[in-house]
Amino acid sequence: MKLDAKIPPGPLAQKWEKHKFDMKLVNPANKRKFDVIVVGSGLAGASAAATMAELGYKVKCFCFQDSPRRAHSIAAQGGINAAKNYQNDGDSVYRLFYDTIKGGDFRAREANVYRLAQVSVNIIDQCVAQGVPFAREYGGLLTNRSFGGAQVSRTFYARGQTGQQLLLGAYQALSRQIGNGNVKMYPRTEMLDVVVIDGHAKGIIVRDLVTGEISAHAGDAVVLATGGYGNVFYLSTNAKGCNVTATWRAYKKGAAFANPCYTQIHPTCIPVSGEHQSKLTLMSESLRNDGRVWVPKKKGDTRPPDQIPEEERDYFLERKYPSFGNLAPRDISSRAAKEVCDEGRGVGPGGLGVYLDFKEAIKRLGLETVKERYANLFDMYEKITGENAYETPMRIYPAVHYTMGGTWVDYNLMSSVPGLFVLGEANFSDHGANRLGASALMQGLADGYFILPYTIGNYFASEKQPKSDVNHPEFKLALDNVKALTKRLLSINGKRTVSSFHRELGKIMWEKCGMARTAASLKEALTRIPELRAEFWKNVKVTGENASLNQELEAAGRVADFLEFAELLCLDALTREESCGGHFRVEHQFPDGEAKRDDEHFAFVSAWEYQGPSKPPLLHKEPLVYEEVHMSTRSYK
Amino acid sequence: MNITNLFRSSVGKKFIMAITGMALFLFVVLHLLGNLQIFLGPEAINRYGAFLQGNLELIWPARIGLLIIVGLHIWSAIKLAVENRAARPQPYAQQEIVAASYASRTMVWSGFIIAAFIIYHLLHFTVQVPAVNLTGKNFTTLEDAKNQHDVFRMMVIGFQSRVVTLFYIFAMWLLFLHLSHGVSAMFQSLGWKSPGYGSLIARFAVVASWLIFVGYISIPIAVQLGYGSSYVNSFNVNALQEVVK
Amino acid sequence: MNFTLRVWRQKDANDTGAMVEYAAKDIIADMSFLEMLDVVNEGLIAKGEEPIAFDSDCREGICGTCSLVINGIAHGGQRGTTACQLHMRHFEDGQTITIEPWRARAFPVLKDLVTDRGAFDRIVQAGGFISVNTGGTPDANAIPVGKVESDKAMDAAACIGCGACVAACKNASAMLFVAAKVSHLNLLPQGKVEKDKRVTSMVTQMDAEGFGNCTVTGSCEAVCPKEISLNFIARMNRDYGVALLKAST
Repeated sequence: MKLDAKIPPGPLAQKWEKHKFDMKLVNPANKRKFDVIVVGSGLAGASAAATMAELGYKVKCFCFQDSPRRAHSIAAQGGINAAKNYQNDGDSVYRLFYDTIKGGDFRAREANVYRLAQVSVNIIDQCVAQGVPFAREYGGLLTNRSFGGAQVSRTFYARGQTGQQLLLGAYQALSRQIGNGNVKMYPRTEMLDVVVIDGHAKGIIVRDLVTGEISAHAGDAVVLATGGYGNVFYLSTNAKGCNVTATWRAYKKGAAFANPCYTQIHPTCIPVSGEHQSKLTLMSESLRNDGRVWVPKKKGDTRPPDQIPEEERDYFLERKYPSFGNLAPRDISSRAAKEVCDEGRGVGPGGLGVYLDFKEAIKRLGLETVKERYANLFDMYEKITGENAYETPMRIYPAVHYTMGGTWVDYNLMSSVPGLFVLGEANFSDHGANRLGASALMQGLADGYFILPYTIGNYFASEKQPKSDVNHPEFKLALDNVKALTKRLLSINGKRTVSSFHRELGKIMWEKCGMARTAASLKEALTRIPELRAEFWKNVKVTGENASLNQELEAAGRVADFLEFAELLCLDALTREESCGGHFRVEHQFPDGEAKRDDEHFAFVSAWEYQGPSKPPLLHKEPLVYEEVHMSTRSYK
Repeated sequence: MNITNLFRSSVGKKFIMAITGMALFLFVVLHLLGNLQIFLGPEAINRYGAFLQGNLELIWPARIGLLIIVGLHIWSAIKLAVENRAARPQPYAQQEIVAASYASRTMVWSGFIIAAFIIYHLLHFTVQVPAVNLTGKNFTTLEDAKNQHDVFRMMVIGFQSRVVTLFYIFAMWLLFLHLSHGVSAMFQSLGWKSPGYGSLIARFAVVASWLIFVGYISIPIAVQLGYGSSYVNSFNVNALQEVVK
Repeated sequence: MNFTLRVWRQKDANDTGAMVEYAAKDIIADMSFLEMLDVVNEGLIAKGEEPIAFDSDCREGICGTCSLVINGIAHGGQRGTTACQLHMRHFEDGQTITIEPWRARAFPVLKDLVTDRGAFDRIVQAGGFISVNTGGTPDANAIPVGKVESDKAMDAAACIGCGACVAACKNASAMLFVAAKVSHLNLLPQGKVEKDKRVTSMVTQMDAEGFGNCTVTGSCEAVCPKEISLNFIARMNRDYGVALLKAST
């Protein structure tokens, strides 16, 4: 496998314009001859499916949820960045580009990121035209806020439901195309394999989650927009259904997987309350603007917070990072919280939590002001924990939130399998080792509305592939394999439930490959994961049958893939002997605990190639060359 | 989209329901104002009765119009109710009532009993079928001193029957329920409601329904308490005297 | 905490189904309602029985997937809360809890507590969008939208499409859902261009799906996890009336 990022030549600012001109076009009358398969209906998938249908392609769109409107993009709260400079505060395409590259700790491609910043502007126009009700000023113009420590106000938002509103915009565009017959929608349908013929992606195998029917769909190109793999940690802010199956099975068909070790941890989540916990809930980071983070100085201090006197409290963020204090960046505050909990000073059930105290803010600003700013978050906290955070401090703990790694794609968003395109969180392309707040929505929509619709045409026009046909033996083979896998899962009939395996895997991943990783912990994970996987295939119990709605069977397939994927994630983390962004190796830090990047040896994308079930994957290195920006080290002291 | 959607679509049928409901509400108000003239004495209400009966060109179109309005109101009610039943073939094993008022849940029943009452009411006081008034009297022959139909006496005699009075009050109670929900719902169905004055409409509906209820039942209750009996007795005395003569 | 659950079990769309009793033991007050079901399901699997099928995804109250009628109330009766955000501390130890799927002809049961809400998608497909293609749109600030109108549109747009309104309505009416989408788009200047067509197409599709009619009981508003106001139904009725008048003249 030879990875070619296909970055267009020329000056950074003109690459995309020039590339758009250089790409071949498909004649409008011929577009309807091309069938495109889109898997996933989140921001990236829905926007891509709708836009390609508008252009005239024949589109089939698949999602495992009961409706395309339920994809997990819907849960994003904060906002979407765009370099509109509506606030006249000095923002520009270049500044958004630079912030994204820097935020990604210099592990993303310059050209991709620059293009992302360029099209961010169009996204807002598009969404407003679709009727997305972004927040506005009284004068009727759009308003912005500053987000995640950005020094300009470039984040557009719709209350705390920006992801929902953007997704509904894309869903509406998609619905319009379904209604007029240009998109055929397959809800409650899960993709279980990619079919590759003569090195090109030619279709997929799916299972109808209601009837259990396993069928083949042929297409001239396959687009995966299937989201991230945060649920490999079992507990994350992802939805229950989020999984790695689509991209993992594509990986096994030759689509290299890049940077799986880049996972983002969010510091302000509601802590785990017990073994039963099924998911974690994020609360907006804005809470840290007024809340003070602390733990007791004493280990194992079980007194209620109001009985711990001021001098026995450790405001550890303020102590360690005096200039940023409680607003220290996500990864730094997350790790600091983990450290104090590891010391045995954590609070709440299981000692996995730190206090976020508003007592002083209420004294300073008044209860009314605090309510005005955070009432919805306090309500949410009370709903989940049953505690009133106006009276007693909140408890927070970090949780896995977003995964920067994903299927390797070139500048055209095409994976290492020609004809297989990957969009949104599912690909690896734009966030480097860490993602800026309010940039996930931007990337998903950029890929779907404004990038793929151009680049896919170039693929069709230049490759001139024969028409795909479900009667080809490769389809039959893939179909049989999927059927066999399903049968195998149902026939093990062991003693342990699917979720018990998932939970155990999550624990290994969180403890050994979570916020802070060491060579030893990763090596331990790399022995324990295959053991767990072996046990899974011997001892899992999957109830029910294939020929009906069977949620256990669905979960079993996904967990089986997580059990394989986890190993690659740990291997990638072990191989990357540096700390950068969301990947922190304890061995590689400055004396003050700051992440220590190694640009000399690790300024590359790790793209892993599948070699077969019993062979270790092959690492390909795509060098990251910075022509425009200078790699610098951040400091938050 | 054309005018037939008024009869075919769910929202269209609700328009019919609301518009006819509004017309019937106005009728109920006018009818009450007419009836309340009973408290002005026999002369006033008998003159009113004579005026209505004397202008057949007015009263018949009004009757036919009312009949059509009632017909449409009932037709849309049945149509909507049948669709509503069909929309949930399998009932819940347990269902709690959330927010829905008693009146709103019983519109069909209150409506149908009111319809039955109206038929009785028409036989009672309009067609004046002797068999239904339970007093043994023939209302058609009642005349006052001016040889006009004696509406006052008819109403008083009619409501001297305790059974009739109780049925009347019961029907008016149902009318109250029906209107207390219906009047505000018709504004909602026609879209003549906004957050600004929505609560005002709801309050108006309740107040208007109460006034209508109190207004209508005031007549039989007054009669039961003895109102008009001396006037009626004076005829009985006259009749007795005539017999004596 | 311990509970007795009465749960609707139905093998598939053709099965008649029945209520079945289960014991939920050692439940922790901090569990969400769905986590309580997870625990019950783990127990069922251990016994070799098929777990109770129910829909859920985000489990933070925004995706609209979860859809349970709990003790006779859609989403369980806590104001502005989906079933996934409802916690067991609101129940009494030892209580019997009845769990049923959404019941409506337009939402057929697929299995146990899982229903098919494709009708909602088809209503949106009929007109719940603004007909703009990607690209070629004017600058986002080219059309000013008053903050009041914009906020009102957002109030309507907050709908998560869960279908609780249908489940709670005695007539299984979808008016609140349809009104929310119609109002969201009809309120905005971008959406006004095709507002007549939108409201008529969506209402026509709603009727074709076999939902009941609105009798203004207000149950939908009371159970809506996003507390969407009944006023939007009045607004949609008005829009429909205007469209009807325009089409008839």
